[in-house]
Amino acid sequence: MANQKIGAVLVVGGGVAGIQASLDLADSGFKVYLIDQGPSIGGVMAQLDKTFPTNDCSMCILSPKLVATGRHPNITILTNTEITGLDGEVGNFEVKIRKRSRYIIEDKCNGCGICAQKCPIEAVDVFNKGLSKRCAIYVEYPQAVPLKYMIDREKCIGCGTCYEICKAKAIEYDQKDSEATLNVGSIILAPGFEAFDARLKSEYGYGRFQNVVTSIEFERILSASGPYGGLVLRSSDGDIPKKIAFIQCVGSRDFQLGNNYCSAACCMYGMKEAVIAKEHTPSNLDCTIFYMDMRAYGKEFDAYYNRAKDEWGIKFVRSRVAGVTEDPRTGNLFVHYVEDETPKTEEFDMIVLSIGMRPPKNVEALAKNFGIRLNSYKFCETSSFSPVDTSKPGVFVCGAFSAPKDIPESVAQASGAAAKAMSVIASERGTLVAPKEYPPERDVSQEEPRIGVFVCHCGINIGGVVNVPELVEYAKSLPNVVYAEANLYTCSQDTQKLIREKIQENNLNRVIVASCTPRTHEPLFKETVQEAGLNPYLFEMTNIRDQCSWVHMHEPKEATEKAKDLVRSIVAKAKLLKPLKKPLINVTPVGLIIGGGVSGMTAAVELSKQGFEVHLVERENELGGHLSTLHYLLDRDDPKAKLNALIKSVMENDKIHVYLGAEVADLTGFVGNFKSKIRQRNGEQKEVEHGIVIVATGAIEYKPTEYLYGKNPKVMTQHELEEKIANGEFGARNVVMIQCVGARNDERPNCARICCGQAIKNALKIKEVSPETEVYVLYKDLRAYGFKEDYYREAATKGVLFINYEDERKPEVANEYGKIKVTFWEPVIKEVVQIEPDLVVLSAATIPNPDNKRVAEMLKVPLTKDGFFLEAHMKLRPVDFATDGVFLCGMAHSPKYIEESIAQACAAAARATTILSKPTLEMEGIIANVNEDLCSGCRICEYLCPYGAIEMKEKDGKPIAHVTEALCKGCGACGTACPTKAIIMGHFTTEEILAQVKAALVEVEA
Amino acid sequence: MSGKGEFEPRIIGFLCNWCSYAGADLAGVSRIQYPPNIRIIRVMCSGRIDPAFILEAFKDGADGVLVAGCHLPSDCHYISGNFKALRRITLLKEVLKDFGIEPERLRLEWVSASEGDRFASIVRDMVKQIKRLGPSPLKSKEKNA
Ligand code: FES
Repeated sequence: MANQKIGAVLVVGGGVAGIQASLDLADSGFKVYLIDQGPSIGGVMAQLDKTFPTNDCSMCILSPKLVATGRHPNITILTNTEITGLDGEVGNFEVKIRKRSRYIIEDKCNGCGICAQKCPIEAVDVFNKGLSKRCAIYVEYPQAVPLKYMIDREKCIGCGTCYEICKAKAIEYDQKDSEATLNVGSIILAPGFEAFDARLKSEYGYGRFQNVVTSIEFERILSASGPYGGLVLRSSDGDIPKKIAFIQCVGSRDFQLGNNYCSAACCMYGMKEAVIAKEHTPSNLDCTIFYMDMRAYGKEFDAYYNRAKDEWGIKFVRSRVAGVTEDPRTGNLFVHYVEDETPKTEEFDMIVLSIGMRPPKNVEALAKNFGIRLNSYKFCETSSFSPVDTSKPGVFVCGAFSAPKDIPESVAQASGAAAKAMSVIASERGTLVAPKEYPPERDVSQEEPRIGVFVCHCGINIGGVVNVPELVEYAKSLPNVVYAEANLYTCSQDTQKLIREKIQENNLNRVIVASCTPRTHEPLFKETVQEAGLNPYLFEMTNIRDQCSWVHMHEPKEATEKAKDLVRSIVAKAKLLKPLKKPLINVTPVGLIIGGGVSGMTAAVELSKQGFEVHLVERENELGGHLSTLHYLLDRDDPKAKLNALIKSVMENDKIHVYLGAEVADLTGFVGNFKSKIRQRNGEQKEVEHGIVIVATGAIEYKPTEYLYGKNPKVMTQHELEEKIANGEFGARNVVMIQCVGARNDERPNCARICCGQAIKNALKIKEVSPETEVYVLYKDLRAYGFKEDYYREAATKGVLFINYEDERKPEVANEYGKIKVTFWEPVIKEVVQIEPDLVVLSAATIPNPDNKRVAEMLKVPLTKDGFFLEAHMKLRPVDFATDGVFLCGMAHSPKYIEESIAQACAAAARATTILSKPTLEMEGIIANVNEDLCSGCRICEYLCPYGAIEMKEKDGKPIAHVTEALCKGCGACGTACPTKAIIMGHFTTEEILAQVKAALVEVEA
Repeated sequence: MSGKGEFEPRIIGFLCNWCSYAGADLAGVSRIQYPPNIRIIRVMCSGRIDPAFILEAFKDGADGVLVAGCHLPSDCHYISGNFKALRRITLLKEVLKDFGIEPERLRLEWVSASEGDRFASIVRDMVKQIKRLGPSPLKSKEKNA
């Protein structure tokens, strides 16, 4: 029994990382227990207003994931839950948990919220960072998952109001905490981070001065659902500020506090908050950011930085702020800082502190429970080549717990950790999850529409405003409605049973629910009608709560009339509803990976561990890619040994077919069913079939044209220097390194991310092999983010001189009579300095693989302006393309360090596994259909389709539009544009929508 | 709603499922009140909204039509549907003039899932504006005919 592996995974932490890991696992056939200490999942991301660098609304992009997690049949969410003990080993763990009481029976609570409306107690709203109030019975935020209320027993006075008012009888004052044991095969830790307590930086006045807020508080202030409805206001007097200062690195890069590391995300979120604040403020808001280095190192981040400066007019001051004082009469604040060696003071109306990330609360207990090692800062210990492994086998890590990081990296790591967690129990896939079985579908094509309407009271949420009995009677009077009734809660379990019975009894063939929003509840009802033998697309919903009773609370008569209009309108649509088929497509359980560097190889190995065959295609004659040029690493790991081990594990793996000196010449098909031609070294072409594609084409080093490179042998790149040191040929006494060569300029505006680390690595190596050698690093911003800050500090301590330069005053390299001279401005002593180094080392950018264009065209996926591959969504889909079944990882995505490439490679493997693990894929039924008789072959639809789902096929000598079902996402753009109306959009047909419009506007005498 | 003295405009709202419909839901969840003159029709994307739907609405007696989608440039869940809507609605406003319908009766707005407040104020504003304009000219024509 002890050795019996278990097909379930425990995920600790319900932030965006935990959510992503859970979804990937659950979609690949594993049972998931997702536990969180708080009452709902969502984590910090749910508190954010917008996300950089796209300024997307955070909740808009997160909430579909929340709903998907909440509804997933393979995921059990356990909130208010803590780990109390762990036993067993990889493959078979026993986890003891304790669930704190909500004082609410979760199965009964419908989340209607009437209790919170009536609760007389006001408590501080922690979600809004104490800037507003909530009741003693509450949910954290309106979109919370699970949407179950909770009683704050410290605040509750036990008045009994909620008990009386709750129609669902969900209140249970004397509910006890409960304990349980979970059996799982592997574990993922995603507990996130704890925000730095700004009070510890007392010189900035947080906690003493009202108008000094933290960046997380400021996110809530910016949020439309925050304390001031999205207006930027000062908490001291409610005034709109005219001048805001942002102070960076609060609690980060701080030696005194012992938080030496950089929190990696604050530069970007600080900038974003400044930009959004300007957008949210009518007057000309003045925003100044005080920073040490602007670490905009991620994909497209520098482009954002440039826009922040030039377009949005944010001011940037390079200075560590010394202190903040307040004018007690006005509540205004004075920022004291040093710029150009001169002490300065500036007045502001408000200050935002960009607070750093600390390890999660109770981290020691967590580490002890799981038996994992922490690093010196008490984050989880990991290494370059195992970025998601903890020190304990079978326990994996992702998100900010392994190092401070931003959302896309947390998401990539989460998928990566999911891959690892699955691979140790791959044999148990599908053992603990059962696919749902439905009865055979009834054929309704010959039947007259017989519509049933179920109207929800939603406790008193609807019924308290809309006259529900009148509405039910009205519904009965409508054409084709053969049955109507009211329910206390249409969504409750017993009503589902009732709906099924009514379908049978009345031979209903269309079902309508008039209640809350289809965005959260439609899937539930669709399932219910399907259980009664109806096609799920014969269901429709109309929203008489969120969009009626709740927004017209004081106009019951008008609200009732509106509800009637809505019901009449949806009945008109329902009459026309057609059953839709969800296309099923077969999946070839084989992967194709383009690129045999560390990313491609890692992805191949991970896929093989999941049990899938892989074709790995590499253009060069050997595997290794960029990694083969590295001789040593910042963390002193041995890259050669690791690379050789990786190559060996690929070559010896009989599931992986390696093609060297080869390229993919042609690729056709779609998710699950691709066909490729691999052109091999010997000129032969091999045809392979596969279900997914992973792009791992890597990147190359820029060949500089600047600073006499190629004209003088003393000028070389960092890679060339590394080669020299490794070969024992290094003998210089004086070295100048110049950063940002070929990056952050007009041609390539973005940062190449890894050059700062490379320079520090080589500088440290020089100091090791030749301690006497002087090293100068001329940089724009030293972007040693995360724990790399430690190496930066180490280099500085060992005497490496870091000298800042600005674009206006770039260093100059000249050749004078065989001697090389570097001239630069020294900002501290304020003088032009000239030195004669033995070597000038250029930190040349990492630039896209020139082959990317060809690959992108072949796969029909996009590239960024810079020429890297562009993922489906910068924040939440870092390794997916918008095209299903095609993924990316590593430097093909953008320059990155080895650990980041490996995390992404594992992530791509996990995402691919969600497809390859299924014998067939069920696609969405709401897709476009072509009426071939009407199609004139004009090609407008082909041109408009954002997914390339439409192509023209010859039929009887003329071109006819053809929809590839697997590619269509059902947006309807084609149907709208079709001049002959040959395209029919399933479930949103033109006739259906027109009927809905017409019926909504019928004049009825009240 | 008719015959009670004050003119109460009838507005049809076409909302995309992902952002704007969610924004309208949030207005409800936050209990932000707005006048009950709008009837919302959900579509998957603003790019699905056919000018024919809007013309039909005016023909059937709507005094105003609201089209709402995800914010430009990149919030649309189908990559570029919002741009398609922008183009179509801009053109349609010209056509409306030919029908004698004031283009202000048709509004295109971007509403995100966290902008419940914004959705409510758009509806409020629209109702006010259309009250000022009076009933749709198309409607009175029909009545007179
Ligand atoms: S999905 Fe909202 S506009 Fe396209």
